[in-house]
Amino acid sequence: MNAVTSLPVMMPASAEIFLAIAGMVLLMIGVFRGESSLRFLSYATIATFAVAAILVVTQGGGGEAFYGLFVSEGFAQFAKILILIGSAFAVLLSRDYLVREQAGRFEFPILILFATLGMLMMVSANDLMSLYMSLELQSLSLYVMASIRRDTLKATEAGLKYFVLGALSSGMLLYGCSMIYGFAGTTSFTGLAAVFAAQTGVVPLGLVIGIVFLIAGLAFKVSAVPFHMWTPDVYEGAPTPVTALFAVAPKIAALALFVRAMMDPFADLIGSWQQVLVFVSIASMGLGALGALVQTNIKRLMAYSSIGHMGYLLVGIAAGNQAGVTGVMLYLATYIFMNVGTFAMILAMRRDGRLVEEIGDLAGLSKTHPMMALALMIFMFSMAGIPPLAGFFGKWYVFMAAVDAGLFGLAVIGILTSVIGAFYYLRIIKIMYFDEATQPLDDAVSQDLRVILYGSAVVTVLFVLFISPVYDAAKVAAISLVGA
Amino acid sequence: MEIGAMEIGLGHYLTVAAILFTLGIFGIFLNRKNVIIILMSIELMLLAVNINLVAFSSFLGDLTGQVFALFILTVAAAEAAIGLAILVVYFRNRGSIAVEDINLMKG
Repeated sequence: MNAVTSLPVMMPASAEIFLAIAGMVLLMIGVFRGESSLRFLSYATIATFAVAAILVVTQGGGGEAFYGLFVSEGFAQFAKILILIGSAFAVLLSRDYLVREQAGRFEFPILILFATLGMLMMVSANDLMSLYMSLELQSLSLYVMASIRRDTLKATEAGLKYFVLGALSSGMLLYGCSMIYGFAGTTSFTGLAAVFAAQTGVVPLGLVIGIVFLIAGLAFKVSAVPFHMWTPDVYEGAPTPVTALFAVAPKIAALALFVRAMMDPFADLIGSWQQVLVFVSIASMGLGALGALVQTNIKRLMAYSSIGHMGYLLVGIAAGNQAGVTGVMLYLATYIFMNVGTFAMILAMRRDGRLVEEIGDLAGLSKTHPMMALALMIFMFSMAGIPPLAGFFGKWYVFMAAVDAGLFGLAVIGILTSVIGAFYYLRIIKIMYFDEATQPLDDAVSQDLRVILYGSAVVTVLFVLFISPVYDAAKVAAISLVGA
Repeated sequence: MEIGAMEIGLGHYLTVAAILFTLGIFGIFLNRKNVIIILMSIELMLLAVNINLVAFSSFLGDLTGQVFALFILTVAAAEAAIGLAILVVYFRNRGSIAVEDINLMKG
């Protein structure tokens, strides 16, 4: 027998292994070549993401690795591609900012790389242990990202708040994991699913407590109400390219992890968690819509907007069926482009060379920068869910899934809150098109930002043409996780 | 068995862990003085979880819980290092680490 000397199966994790090695190599290059290597490292990081994406796509059906701690299937692959796209955009968005604010540090793209590695592992976690380790790899990188401008009070305050609340949420998640382990006797998702499938009668109280704590920890990471309080402050305080990263890739990873945790190990306990998710979802949709109404800072507004979007996405998880997971994956695919485009616009908002963040600064944009105003209008209509833009389809599929699952109340409340939410998106459009500009924004917008802004706008508009292949891919992904 | 003698069982460990965990949570929310106390509270929560895991591990006769506990200890050390680093840069900018002074952004 050569069992002792044989290596564990590793191929399904090829993309993660590649990212880890590339991250260390790039870190060494950065350490030895200093700040001048930032430009090279940014491009190298994007190239690394591209290679990782190719490795994800070409690994075929995937499978389990590392003795079942890690799993890769269609669902994980779909989410990983979305995460890699989101992270690559974050690196691109940061280039212009780092140069102009003279905040260039070679650690910046490397930290994004390590955070992305954590996110990919989150999506593939198949055990409570790998779930925790990957979540921490992601979170620890992001805490540092939030306060990377260590000479500014706002960024360090954002980092401190993010750290304290993030650590609290990790603690709650772990307490949940420990209770689940104790009452089910295993930490493996496959093992948990088998235990719960065989279980009859009342679910033990300890297990319910464990699941509730686990959901609380995950809700923190996706910034769902009532665990959202860090979001507006961190979004406002963190440097804008970092906020652009926070708004996209980690949300996708945490949501995918949430979907897997609910649909795989705890699928048979849906009675215990569905009500909790329905409540969290309604609260997030409501607070996202109402909280945004009074905001004047556009980054804070985006924070409430993302809380609202998380509410809609949780509708898909609460539905607990294959249609719900399909809807979530499709929604996430549209969510990337709306958000990245909006943040490209926020990064382009400069007056006399300084970044401005007030919504009022957009006044009269339609006259001074008609194309940019048009692009932002597309994103706002899309986020409000106006057909035929991309944002509409995500909402459509998650609400349809909720109706399929018999959650009519949830679907109705979701539609009502998206009507309320439309108000503040439309307010931005009104300010751009009908208010008089006091002082126009700068004309000089870097090439990177222009490409991302207009590119995302085109994708958001033309998404309707590609809806069926994306839907099919999302459906294949969902079936690989929950079955038909 | 001797009268009055009590065996320490799983329930006792879980109770201690639950108390420590609750103390950790309250330490974070009720403390208005110093961020260092928050870091200590976070550590307390993680250690409470470790007690839980080791107690379950011993009770179930399964090593997974102890492996998990070792991972948590490692990550807790990294987390404390990053937390203190962020606290130091915050202190350089603000000149204070009182919880009530962390109030630049609100709403």
